Amino acid sequence: MIDRDELLHVARLARLALDEDELQTTAAELSSILDHVATIDELDLEGIEPTAHIGDVEDSLRADQVARSLPREVALAPAPAIRDDGFLVPSPQGE
Amino acid sequence: MAKAELEPVIGLEIHVQLRTATKMFCGCALGFGEPPNTRTCPVCLGLPGALPVANAEAIHYGLLIGLALNSTLAPVSTFHRKNYFYPDLPKGYQISQFDLPLCSGGKLGEVNIHRVHLEEDAAKLNHVGVGGRIDQANSSIVDFNRGGTPLAEIVTEPELSSAEQAGQWLRLLRTTLRTLGVSDVNMEEGSLRCDANISLRPAGSDQLGVKTELKNMNSFRFIERGIRAEVERQRALIEAGEEVVQETLHFDPRSEAITSLRSKEEAHDYRYFPEPDLPPVVISESMLSRAAAELPELPAAREQRYIEQQSLSAESARMLAWRAELGDYFDAVCEADRSLDAQAAANWVAELQGRLGDQEAEDSKVSASALAQLAALVASSKINQGGARQVLDQLVNEGGEPAAIVADQGLEAVGGAEQLAPIVAAALEANPELTERLRSGEMKPIGVIVGEVMKQTRGRADGEQVTALIREQLGLS
Repeated sequence: MIDRDELLHVARLARLALDEDELQTTAAELSSILDHVATIDELDLEGIEPTAHIGDVEDSLRADQVARSLPREVALAPAPAIRDDGFLVPSPQGE
Repeated sequence: MAKAELEPVIGLEIHVQLRTATKMFCGCALGFGEPPNTRTCPVCLGLPGALPVANAEAIHYGLLIGLALNSTLAPVSTFHRKNYFYPDLPKGYQISQFDLPLCSGGKLGEVNIHRVHLEEDAAKLNHVGVGGRIDQANSSIVDFNRGGTPLAEIVTEPELSSAEQAGQWLRLLRTTLRTLGVSDVNMEEGSLRCDANISLRPAGSDQLGVKTELKNMNSFRFIERGIRAEVERQRALIEAGEEVVQETLHFDPRSEAITSLRSKEEAHDYRYFPEPDLPPVVISESMLSRAAAELPELPAAREQRYIEQQSLSAESARMLAWRAELGDYFDAVCEADRSLDAQAAANWVAELQGRLGDQEAEDSKVSASALAQLAALVASSKINQGGARQVLDQLVNEGGEPAAIVADQGLEAVGGAEQLAPIVAAALEANPELTERLRSGEMKPIGVIVGEVMKQTRGRADGEQVTALIREQLGLS
């Protein structure tokens, strides 16, 4: 079972505010995921190259050619607040 | 503890914006100076479902940097997600490299390189509210034009030992990157940014002390001043028996004040994991051979060429090779008059740069051909060193043609035995007592006689020639 402090730490890093009920459920869910990974971790993987990606690795790069960007009003449309043609956000003070 | 017993240990982290046409993982054109938020797309805005694809040219530039720094190039490298929340990072993570960077190890000048990796730049935050400083703002405006710009992060081993050495090495790195053509390397505009890790330890110790990180200094002078100030701050703490706290610091070049940005424990939990949207970067033979073929002459090779082919002193060769602009100016001076002695030309370039401070020679009022002409006037004894320095002063202030300045101000050297001999004779005659001492082998008063001749010629005689004439007239060997 993931301990409470570790859970609170991870929640804070993810900017999640969890109430007492949510802490209980999340702890149970996270623990079952971690247990599953722990089971996988028991496999003997000596000499097996880590899988960084499951796709085709060849020819995965893009030529340095300019594509059209979004019109600004489209880019800004989902912004909660706009000022001076930019996304207005709370100050990152205290981060 | 005595002051001399503590030595600084400095490591540098340099972020270089690569001069590609498009961003690291999308086709948006790089957007320096464009109206805000006009160079964005779903990828660099971090919209759900958008897929990044790495820019082949950015990888190529990374390989060029790795080759220039004598690094080991990874046949396969991977991208990772570096997770943290900040409004300039729309995905909640930065795509960077972690345990398999593009380049590992290496060396530039005397400094060993730890690694070079590729990543994406963050967006630009404009803080609104009281003051411009990050910790005083109330709200911020995000401009995503810069977000996703390709960056190479170059990390040195912690083995620099002074602010001056760090400044000099950064100039070499900047020259190298500029020569490679991979970046604008403009510190004011932020295309070259430097952080310094600084700690102190007892001299000779191989243990590292607690380090602090000085963030984002945007000129060579600020870097040198910032490092110096932080070294002194730590020294004072340690000598007072207090402890240095590991933290990130901001240096204000105006007040020289150092303030804490954030403490380290809080900030460093990045939970790196492999970026599932990007396959590993596999470096092919053709990519390697293309990079090798495009490698230009680098400062170290240029330094060597100056020494071997133009017989410059080691000091001159390094000065000109490590500052490419100055080297180019020197080349232009030599080109303007191929009969010039290269070392003499280099000396005049150094004289000029000494008068210009931070200004580049090519931006000054002294054209390369004017400096070549000045060096030639000295070489042919038309003017002496003192006269030439006067001409140079005038060139720096007002520009013009050396020959014309010499004529205008009557600075022609008084030279040749026939002109100087009577003046020397008169000087000896006017100082019979000194002359007698000289004759008896006491050479000390010779300076007085030379000075007398200089006075008579208003400084236009050649000192060595005057000395030779004095010896000749007195029959001294």
